[in-house]
Amino acid sequence: MPWTTTQEAPLSDAQATAPDRTRAAVLSASRMTSSDRLRRWLRNNGAPLLMSLPGMLHLLIFAYIPMFGIIIAFKRYRFDQGIFGSEWIGLYNFKFLFSSAVAARITRNTVGYHFLFMITGMFASLCIALLMNEVQGTLRARFYQSAMFLPHFISYVIVTYFVFAFLNLETGMLNRILARFGVDPIRWYGEARYWPGILTVVQIWKGTGYGSILYLAVMLGISPEYYEAAKIDGANKLQQIWHITLPMLVPIIVIQVLLSMGSMFRANFGLFFNVPMNRTALYPTTDVIDTFVYRALLQMGDMGMSAAAGVYQSVVGFVLVLLSNWAVRRVDPERALF
Amino acid sequence: MSRVLPRARSGTWYVVMGFVARFFVNLALLTFSVFCLVPFMVVISASLSTEAAIGKYGYTIFPKEFSALAYQIIFRDASRVMRSYGVSTVVTVAGASAGMLVMSLMAYALSRKQFQLRQGISFYIFFTMLFSGGLVPSYILITQYLGMKNTLWVLIVPGLMSGWYVLVLRTFFQDIPEELLDAAKMDGAGEWRIFFQIAVPLSTPGLATIALFTMLGYWNDFYTALLYIEKQELYPIQYLLWVILQSAEWLQRTEQAQLMSQALRVPALPMRMAMAALAIGPIAFGYLFVQKYFIRGIRLGSLKG
Repeated sequence: MPWTTTQEAPLSDAQATAPDRTRAAVLSASRMTSSDRLRRWLRNNGAPLLMSLPGMLHLLIFAYIPMFGIIIAFKRYRFDQGIFGSEWIGLYNFKFLFSSAVAARITRNTVGYHFLFMITGMFASLCIALLMNEVQGTLRARFYQSAMFLPHFISYVIVTYFVFAFLNLETGMLNRILARFGVDPIRWYGEARYWPGILTVVQIWKGTGYGSILYLAVMLGISPEYYEAAKIDGANKLQQIWHITLPMLVPIIVIQVLLSMGSMFRANFGLFFNVPMNRTALYPTTDVIDTFVYRALLQMGDMGMSAAAGVYQSVVGFVLVLLSNWAVRRVDPERALF
Repeated sequence: MSRVLPRARSGTWYVVMGFVARFFVNLALLTFSVFCLVPFMVVISASLSTEAAIGKYGYTIFPKEFSALAYQIIFRDASRVMRSYGVSTVVTVAGASAGMLVMSLMAYALSRKQFQLRQGISFYIFFTMLFSGGLVPSYILITQYLGMKNTLWVLIVPGLMSGWYVLVLRTFFQDIPEELLDAAKMDGAGEWRIFFQIAVPLSTPGLATIALFTMLGYWNDFYTALLYIEKQELYPIQYLLWVILQSAEWLQRTEQAQLMSQALRVPALPMRMAMAALAIGPIAFGYLFVQKYFIRGIRLGSLKG
């Protein structure tokens, strides 16, 4: 529960402060003046409030004010007229967006890749975590971990360099290897159909080591007694994994799947914009909502369409988070976001 | 001792099978580790190759013809590249320091039970993670109203805060025993002093992890520059790398450009790869440096998150 304190449920706040409030009421009824009360309140709350202020101000400017900016999607925005001066045009931008083929394409790609990455990524992370669990605490384990973590820290621009070194037409490693087997060089950057596979490999390369940490942490928390009991009963390693480790992981897997539903409408801009190098020929399989919003704004100069796509993403995304949280709450209230 | 155990096979069989199983576990992990490391090796190898060798043999894991010319040119002549490193360094140091201060202060305040607004402010943070105005409103705000386009500020200020990091940091501060903080308070220490002298030193693993992520976020950020930076002297290294990859691709196709690069004897491919390698350098170094804290930090964070 990220936004509530771990010790208390959100509702209990009212109850927790109730005694304080009654005490304050009793005191003020007797002889406390309002400035006394303010001073008393400030003694407990003044410093924390001051400490929170810079962060609150930042969120106000860079998160809350732009939220009201979604009205731009319902206007014909002109720079000279500003947000409030521009003319209202209702749902025109949305009609324009959804009557084009683009809306279906970016929705399909965004959601499709989400599921593709979730399933393959989860499977790879689980496998690595199971393997790592067998070598815990050795020097080799530290080497594996360091090597598998490193990709997580690399920017997608650098990843683009990596992929380019493998896939470019003339000097790329893959085409050179294929040439040895007598296969003609393939135009990887010219054909959209290869990219779901390429992007999945990139995501597995980048995310598996980091993703395995969560599962590994859960495995480390499983009591050794279960395994000892199983050994006495004659269970081998695979049976132990199948009958103890995996069942213990089921709750966290369910929660991860449900939580990830909340981000189904959000795609990784760095991955989809950089790695295919923004090639028009690859848009059929690489264009997602986030890259479209960027392109519509800065390359096509169509602010209305970009804003409409952005609002579409925000609103559907918000509904999805609420739904996913509702589902998580039903399964395990402890893990629900709110 | 009358319990009957299912003993299908002898002890040696188990020992041998155990050895074989361990061998395959390690083989699989080693294979995946190498798969993770190969791209790094390819880029470093290319940066240490000659242009001709790459043209002839393609990209390889080890350089076929060794040459450090690319690095020499970058360090001696390429002031544009060094300038971009400078921009990225300034942005990373300034952004991460200011960001950590703002976020950890806020997280500490929210970890204090006496603070009556903590639930409200937590929700105020949390809501920004659920809903966002999207790109267009932010873009208009930053370019039209805040006038931050083409300034160093735009690379630093909008990324200072992450609501998620504040909430994770708060869980680290909540782990500090309450009695410790109350004792300090009894001794007359104010909240600010408790924060700097007790809370921060006691939360080092958590703070180091989040600090590393914040620094990485700034160092790896290319999106902000893509949106808001047009002046070449303000290009951060990641954006410069992106522009070079795009334009070099385009240059390669024009004959004139090829003639020109031959005339100038600039190893274009190794240069690009050397720049990429140099952009990875600080990350790899920083990662090794804080790895100890870091794994502990994520484990805590991922279990609580």
